[in-house]
Amino acid sequence: MIQKAGRLFSRTSIVWFALLLITWLLSTYSRDMSKALEAKWITRFPAGWRLSLKNDISAAMKWLVEEADFGLFTFREATRGLAWLIEQPYNLVLSVLSSGFMEGQGSGAVQILPPLSWIAVTAIVIAAGHFAKDWKLALLMGLAFLYLAVFGQWDSAMVTLASIIIAVPFGVAGGLLLGIAAYRWNWFDQALKPILDLMQTIPVFAYLVPILFLFGFGPVSALVATIIYAMPPMVRITTLALRAVPDEIGDFGVMSGCTQRQLMWKVLVPTAKPDLMVGVNQVIMLSLNMVIIASMIGAGGLGFDVLASLRRLDIGAGLEAGIAIVVLAVALDRLSQAFAQPRQSGEERRRSESFLKRYPRTLFVLVLSIACLAAGYFFAFIQSYPEALQVTTGTFWDELVKSININYFDDLEAVKSFMLSTFMLPVKRFLGGIPWAWGWFLIAAAGWYFGGWRLSLLCALLAFFVIANGLWAKAMVTVYLCGVSVVIATIIGIPIGLFSALNERADRIVGVIIDTLQTLPSFVYLIPVVMLFRVGDFSAMIAVVLYALAPAIRYAAHGIKTVDPQLIEAGIVSGCTKRQLLWRIRAPLALPEIMLGINQTIMLALSMLVITALVGTRDLGQEVYIALTKADIGRGIVAGLAIAAIAIIADRMIAASAKSMRKRYGLA
Amino acid sequence: MEKSVKLSCRHVWKLFGHGAKEFLAKSGDVPSLQELQNADLIGAVRDANIEVLEGEIFVIMGLSGSGKSTLVRCLSRLVEPTAGELLFEGVDLRKMSERELIEIRRHKLGMVFQHFALLPHLTVLDNVAFPLDVQGLDKASCEAKARQVIDLVGLSGRELNYPRELSGGQQQRVGIARSLAVEPELWFLDEPFSALDPLIRREMQDEFLRLQSMLHKTIVFITHDFDEAIRLADRIAIMKDGEIIQIATPEELVMNPATDYVGEFTKHIPRAKVLTVGSVMSKEIIEGTETVSVSARIEEIADKVESAGKPMSVVDADGKPVGSIRPSTIIDVLVGRKVIS
Repeated sequence: MIQKAGRLFSRTSIVWFALLLITWLLSTYSRDMSKALEAKWITRFPAGWRLSLKNDISAAMKWLVEEADFGLFTFREATRGLAWLIEQPYNLVLSVLSSGFMEGQGSGAVQILPPLSWIAVTAIVIAAGHFAKDWKLALLMGLAFLYLAVFGQWDSAMVTLASIIIAVPFGVAGGLLLGIAAYRWNWFDQALKPILDLMQTIPVFAYLVPILFLFGFGPVSALVATIIYAMPPMVRITTLALRAVPDEIGDFGVMSGCTQRQLMWKVLVPTAKPDLMVGVNQVIMLSLNMVIIASMIGAGGLGFDVLASLRRLDIGAGLEAGIAIVVLAVALDRLSQAFAQPRQSGEERRRSESFLKRYPRTLFVLVLSIACLAAGYFFAFIQSYPEALQVTTGTFWDELVKSININYFDDLEAVKSFMLSTFMLPVKRFLGGIPWAWGWFLIAAAGWYFGGWRLSLLCALLAFFVIANGLWAKAMVTVYLCGVSVVIATIIGIPIGLFSALNERADRIVGVIIDTLQTLPSFVYLIPVVMLFRVGDFSAMIAVVLYALAPAIRYAAHGIKTVDPQLIEAGIVSGCTKRQLLWRIRAPLALPEIMLGINQTIMLALSMLVITALVGTRDLGQEVYIALTKADIGRGIVAGLAIAAIAIIADRMIAASAKSMRKRYGLA
Repeated sequence: MEKSVKLSCRHVWKLFGHGAKEFLAKSGDVPSLQELQNADLIGAVRDANIEVLEGEIFVIMGLSGSGKSTLVRCLSRLVEPTAGELLFEGVDLRKMSERELIEIRRHKLGMVFQHFALLPHLTVLDNVAFPLDVQGLDKASCEAKARQVIDLVGLSGRELNYPRELSGGQQQRVGIARSLAVEPELWFLDEPFSALDPLIRREMQDEFLRLQSMLHKTIVFITHDFDEAIRLADRIAIMKDGEIIQIATPEELVMNPATDYVGEFTKHIPRAKVLTVGSVMSKEIIEGTETVSVSARIEEIADKVESAGKPMSVVDADGKPVGSIRPSTIIDVLVGRKVIS
């Protein structure tokens, strides 16, 4: 007890308290101070010192596109060539799934071959489900695609599917090759790592602008953005998976006399395939996550439907298209996961030798598709699902929202204003009031405290980037929204995680919910929130909390579950009550893991924040979004990098403190 | 008959740590363990000298961390030795080009691994055919050859199974079949039975001896199990801290361990199973109708000598008497007393 009291007033805690007090004083009075002293620099970074990075980037981009010439070809020709390369397969798939094959140009075009009928596509996915796993998966696939047809989302869904079908192989192949290169050459790995870190922290919107600039508005731009967004995890997973192949297997390959190439493609990559399939699944899910965002630069399909209805506040239509994306996401997620599992034994595979018996599904699907094609000329309902039989729930949702807003308007409003006035706004005012110079000092000090002078230097440099580009005020709004959301997500998430770790049934239910939450594209969260709370900080906060909740729960549960059972037994034998077991043994030992969960929560919150700019926040996300609408490359990239800077500062500090915590507990 | 040397390794070193090569070049002769430690280097293999003879089973035995795995990886050139010479059929493996090395591996070397190292995505048949496939052999002859070796190790009927569908013992049979598919002249086995449970291990050792009696390969066999070494070896090299302490036949090891460390291992070995009549008999030649062979193991003739109740004549392969053996000598061997011959 004495020791505890002693620690309460230790030197560090006094220092922290003093810092907090100074910060509060500065935050509250700096504005008056700067007025009284007529020193504007206190609250605003002097304009004369600002970096002109924004304009430099814009100018460089302009030069690239208009003047850059590599001798054999210009930069513009290079991007056009790349676009052409992606466009060809995309057009093919789009023709097969959605538009059909055309003859002639523009409005004079005549359809010479219709697209695959809805019956044929559904049969294909059912066959794929059965091939990958079993009838249960086949049923799921069938129901999902039937849903798309019945609810009138078929056409849009096929456009979206076409873009996924193109983006995924490009993302997987690119990621695989980069990952292999990083595995082979250490210097490449070292060079690639910071780029990957940046790619995963910089918001997508930021690189939409340059892509728009290079490739123009249209599906190709959208595909390029999707591929860039979905590739980094594949790179990482490839390198990790190859490193995880047992040394003996590599030795065996060498001893069999494999050449370098044989070793890679015949031994290492096939052995790592189960792990690589996790990467493929990631690429698929991230591509789907991009569907709505990509529609901002020209992707059609479901994403465009969601975005368009969100813009005209047509909740019903937006929700329907959003649910269709979710259905597609769930179906593709399960399918790709099933493909990752090892399937039938070898005997099954080769026993039957005739073509018909070896490829029953392929044959069936082929015959059915041709039959549908022929029958489609005579019966329209075979070619496309009849409109008369379509069901729409749009009006239902509209009515529901209307009735909620009529009956519960006051209650919702009360909750909203209570949260805003007692919690969110005071935090916003406090953070927003901190003068940049003091904030800079605090960040550097915190970096030094958690991870020594190296971290301190890194944090100071990143913070300087934000400050010197005149983004301090907006960055603080981002920090406030992110901080508030993370606090709430943690307060909700960690207890759920603790509870589900200790209760098996709860664990299973929570697991299903989290899995579903994580398959939802981030955009979808905005729809119900805007329905109920309209635009503003509060709506943004709720959407961010929903999106970022999953890791807080998951890591907390995982941390508690992986505490060494011997320690628990030691606690029980020492006569701990259940409560003591939790608070004295489980919780402290799980703390490093929980910290990592909070870290993930922050990362997800930051990426969601940019999207919530659509519902009217005034942070860095809005800055990026404005840049996008104005096609201002420099502005978008700088604001995007500022968000990445915040993410990296938070990530490094938390990682450093989690590491020192592990060391203290001897878990490292 | 003098056997030719298949593989010889002279003054082979493998040091881990910064500046290992320079350190070795500078220190000239054999630096001690202490000197290495002072230079912040780890001596995984120190000054190894081995000659593996054509057709023998050469066992390298050592506990974990003794450097035996590193040594075999040096011999097979999976690990680049820091210094030394490696002569395979008189040609220096270290001076070969990448291409030549690949050719040698494709046709003359085979290796079996502790954890089997089977490719999970291939069936038994495809796994065994893999080294042939890598050579670029056509599919039909790959398959025919693979079936032949699968049959040899007694796995016929499991060709189309995947490794994950087999037991540990069966998986290692696949590993053995695969390494034999190219008909290697030099066969490395890196602790091939260590991951198996004791009963299966014994069965596999018998299987291994059966195969060797048919194939007469030159074998380098790694193990940490001294009983296994005694059972299988023509000659054994004992390693400790990266150094080879003694190279000898099992019998010599048991009779004359070079150090106390080797003695620790041999102490618990039932000597009747290792020693031959020749190593314990007395030179005194006696007459007798009943004889025992000079090369027989004590275990095999114990009953016969004991029931005779008197010294017995020992004869060589031609039936010429070379000495005699008393029942008391047999008892000395059996209870582990020092044998005075």
